[in-house]
Amino acid sequence: MPKWLRLPPPVAFLLLAITLILLPFLTGATLGNSWVRVLDFVLLYVMLALGLNIVVGYAGLLDLGYVAFYAIGAYLYAWLASPHFGLHLPFWAILPLGALLAGFFGVLLGAPTLRLRGDYLAIVTLGFGEIIRIFMNNLNAPFNLTNGPQGINLIDPVALGPLIFKGNHHLFGFKLTAPYLYYYLFLAFTLATIVIAMRLQNSRIGRAWAALREDEVAAAAMGVNTRNVKLLAFAMGATFGGLAGGLFASFQGFISPESFNLWESILILCMIVLGGMGHIPGVILGAVMLTVLPEALRYLGDWQRAALGHVVVDPNDLRMLIFGLALVLMMIYRPAGLIPSRQRRREFAAEDGVAEQEQADLYDAKV
Amino acid sequence: MGFGRRNTLILSLILAGALSGCGKKAETDSDITVIKIGSVSPLTGPQAHIGKDNENGARLAVDEIHAQGLTLGGKKIKLELLGEDDQADPKTATIVAQKLVDQGVQAVIGHLNSGTTIPASKYYHDAGIPQISPSATAIAYTAQGYKTAYRVMANDEQQGRALGQFAVGKMGAKRIAVVDDRTAYGQGLADEFEKAAKAAGGTIVAREFTNDRATDFAAILTSIKGKSPDLLFFGGMDPQGGPMAQQMKRLGLNAKLLGGDGLQNINFIKLAGTDAEGVTASSPGLPLEAMPGGPAFKTRFEAKYGAIQVYAPYAYDAVQVLVAAMKKADSADPAAVLAVLPQTDHQGVSGQLRFDAKGDTQGGAVTVYQVKNGAWAVLETVK
Amino acid sequence: MDIFLQQLINGLVLGSIYALVALGYTMVYGILELINFAHGEVTMIGAMVALSVIGLLLGAMPELPGILVVLAGVLVAIPACMLLGYAIEKIAYRPLRKAPRLAPLITAIGVSIILQNVAMLVWGRQYVSFPRILPEGRHEIWGAHITDLQIFIVVLSLSVMASLWLLVQRTRLGRAMRATAQSKEVAALMGVNVDKVISATFLIGSAIAAIAGVMVSAYYGLAHYYMGFLLGLKAFSAAVLGGIGNIAGAMLGGMLLGMIEALGAGYIGDLTGGFLGSHYQDVFAFFVLILVLVFRPSGLLGERVASRA
Repeated sequence: MPKWLRLPPPVAFLLLAITLILLPFLTGATLGNSWVRVLDFVLLYVMLALGLNIVVGYAGLLDLGYVAFYAIGAYLYAWLASPHFGLHLPFWAILPLGALLAGFFGVLLGAPTLRLRGDYLAIVTLGFGEIIRIFMNNLNAPFNLTNGPQGINLIDPVALGPLIFKGNHHLFGFKLTAPYLYYYLFLAFTLATIVIAMRLQNSRIGRAWAALREDEVAAAAMGVNTRNVKLLAFAMGATFGGLAGGLFASFQGFISPESFNLWESILILCMIVLGGMGHIPGVILGAVMLTVLPEALRYLGDWQRAALGHVVVDPNDLRMLIFGLALVLMMIYRPAGLIPSRQRRREFAAEDGVAEQEQADLYDAKV
Repeated sequence: MGFGRRNTLILSLILAGALSGCGKKAETDSDITVIKIGSVSPLTGPQAHIGKDNENGARLAVDEIHAQGLTLGGKKIKLELLGEDDQADPKTATIVAQKLVDQGVQAVIGHLNSGTTIPASKYYHDAGIPQISPSATAIAYTAQGYKTAYRVMANDEQQGRALGQFAVGKMGAKRIAVVDDRTAYGQGLADEFEKAAKAAGGTIVAREFTNDRATDFAAILTSIKGKSPDLLFFGGMDPQGGPMAQQMKRLGLNAKLLGGDGLQNINFIKLAGTDAEGVTASSPGLPLEAMPGGPAFKTRFEAKYGAIQVYAPYAYDAVQVLVAAMKKADSADPAAVLAVLPQTDHQGVSGQLRFDAKGDTQGGAVTVYQVKNGAWAVLETVK
Repeated sequence: MDIFLQQLINGLVLGSIYALVALGYTMVYGILELINFAHGEVTMIGAMVALSVIGLLLGAMPELPGILVVLAGVLVAIPACMLLGYAIEKIAYRPLRKAPRLAPLITAIGVSIILQNVAMLVWGRQYVSFPRILPEGRHEIWGAHITDLQIFIVVLSLSVMASLWLLVQRTRLGRAMRATAQSKEVAALMGVNVDKVISATFLIGSAIAAIAGVMVSAYYGLAHYYMGFLLGLKAFSAAVLGGIGNIAGAMLGGMLLGMIEALGAGYIGDLTGGFLGSHYQDVFAFFVLILVLVFRPSGLLGERVASRA
């Protein structure tokens, strides 16, 4: 960044705060309210990506079933705040429960996989994600728990006292619709997530995770309780997933198992890989990019229709292709992500035989 | 941290661009009022061709109404159709619904799939604008209690019931096996079929499941064979139905195969090959040739857009019934239209259109077809 | 009894298909310790290429015997897949050989997504049907049915396994492969051209994938751009079950997984009163996989320790 652009921290902070507060209004006025919904999804995915980043980025455990925790949070919200069971608990009571339940499932997944590393862990977590989805898809009989593939509908919107997040509200002459209200709610949760993720990274636990990621044997030798530290990574990551799931359920009002498939897990993984594993600004950038990109690509289709009368290149087809290409190219040319952390850049740089030596040590590691 | 400043700069640039764009908007004639109607279907992805077909059906209706001229409340009306793409994805559907509401549409024709129609219906309901789906058949859509949700095609309950009665009454099935693919469509249809078949006196001897990615059904078919059924009902789509027909023959399972509209297409015959022969499947509505306005519609549609895929007549009818309601109310105001929609009675291309209290079509017809000599032939239309 | 026998046959055929794909996984893993996620997609490309060739041949010479047409399809698909496998290794995996373990795994997922979407653009989103040109000899044994194609698939996977075993144990290349698997550095010191050995592994694995792809497509009568992903996943599970890197293990794991799925879907539903029926078929498979990994991380026949994997 050029020097003249660098602002004193309080000014930059103030500018950032004002931008974040005004963002939905600016977006709504220029691009339309549907883009405010996109903003809401951006925040949701930032939360999810930061949660997965704890497991993958901090602790180095490749989790391909992360969407399961998202699903658990979403379903718990739907059970406790919809006509499905006739329960209508307030959101502030459900969200912590959902986060807790997801955290519990995180430990449940973590415990049997403690001895596994790398590829085996990836395949087991993938299996776990599919198992949860299949159960959600089938538990409409003998007891109708999830309503099966039909999904659960009419989930209560968030209500803050008398302020119910639906319809139109007026505040200081501004018209606030549900997507605006959810924006500020999600923003609060996202900021809290960012703060927690930052604090975790620089804490004792964060350093233990880094040690675990670098070299499990050495970490154990230095007195890190690898079992507890691993379980904690799974639990913390899952907690954020569960929280985001609950918010998603209330925001969307309808959930069904098809929203929680394997590709969702891979998409979130793509976000953190693209932005920069283990580095919070990078992860945020990745989440923003991959959420906005498909929406922006949609206009590519519209333009083609307008100009040529029909769609020559289906942007939806291109989207996945671009994702795939991005994964491969990033790993080969910028393995530490678009905005890598300084430390990670060192790790991924395969030079001077250091990485090679580390790698050899890793292979020889035995638990 | 220069992020905030740079971002504001970009945003103000966008703002300036948008404002200058506003100036260019064409002024409409003062005596012509433009009424915007949304049309939503997947225009990209695996169902893009069916989605485009829906949009074309709606567009044909809009063009014809324009040619005839429409006057409401003494004002000349021009309908403008805004076609949107929901990618058959529930999340995208809600974003698109919001977009249409923001653009001030007075009604929405869509969406195509049940999985997108249901979440989107919440937004139209909150905005108080009528939504008429040409092709969403899930029961849940009109069971939400929304006074804004309508459809012009027989729902899964009506189709499942017709199929269940047909299986027992006409095909003489006594011992019935039911398989579904665990999708919202397959499970919904299979459940309704099971209810109706039981009520008609059939016995369900097996209930098995597969999924919409599976290709191997040997295990469940063998298990079903052990219960010796005389009919197997499959709630699902052709990519599973085709191999299933083959594997039934291979395993020597001699039950008749019956399915819903997921099987009643040309691809099923391609995938099942010679084993498709004799397979029976239904489709909601009348065959195009038997529709009161079918052949004439076919000529008009094909002159403009080429061959009809599936639901174009229903999308056309959805627009027509909406305009009939507007005429009745002598207004395009959503609240006024919603007030008269329940009493609207319109002779459409697909048949007589009347809605029941929930917003479903009354007496939606279901037609049963059978594969004969490698093509679907009409067996019977069940009202 | 005839039902039980039929379920065993179902499991055997399904297992042979899994085993055929699992052999390719196991070979790559044995040497590189890399899950080649794209292996399932190579299988899919094999099926698609063969189908295109078969379509062309049937259009040009409709009176040609079916077996010859399919054989021609296989013969074109094999070199096409070998080329693809070689390119994948060279472009996506080789530059990352020294990177942290997460990196090649992520590229593997990326390659898999790319191949799926390219296949979708080339061959379309619709399911492609496999013409019914192979003779369909059906046999009945004690009330159970088996076709010539099914027998052929079982025999084929057994013979592919046997030839691979001979290759690895009895040839120079095989020895070089085993040495590379033990330690790339030491193998290089002993005069093994490690790059060539790894390329050869990918070539052989992709050739097997091509054969597997055509067999799967002929057996189920269709092909689809997405078919490779699930198949690859199941086959990988099979390889892990048997002990990844072990050729006989891939066979055993495949058979076992096929049996679990067939018998699980066939009987567990009745045993649990319909509570855990065929809708949990995939859950049984994943559950057994997790159990095996937790209690015997090296797989049934594997000798490696888990932390290496």
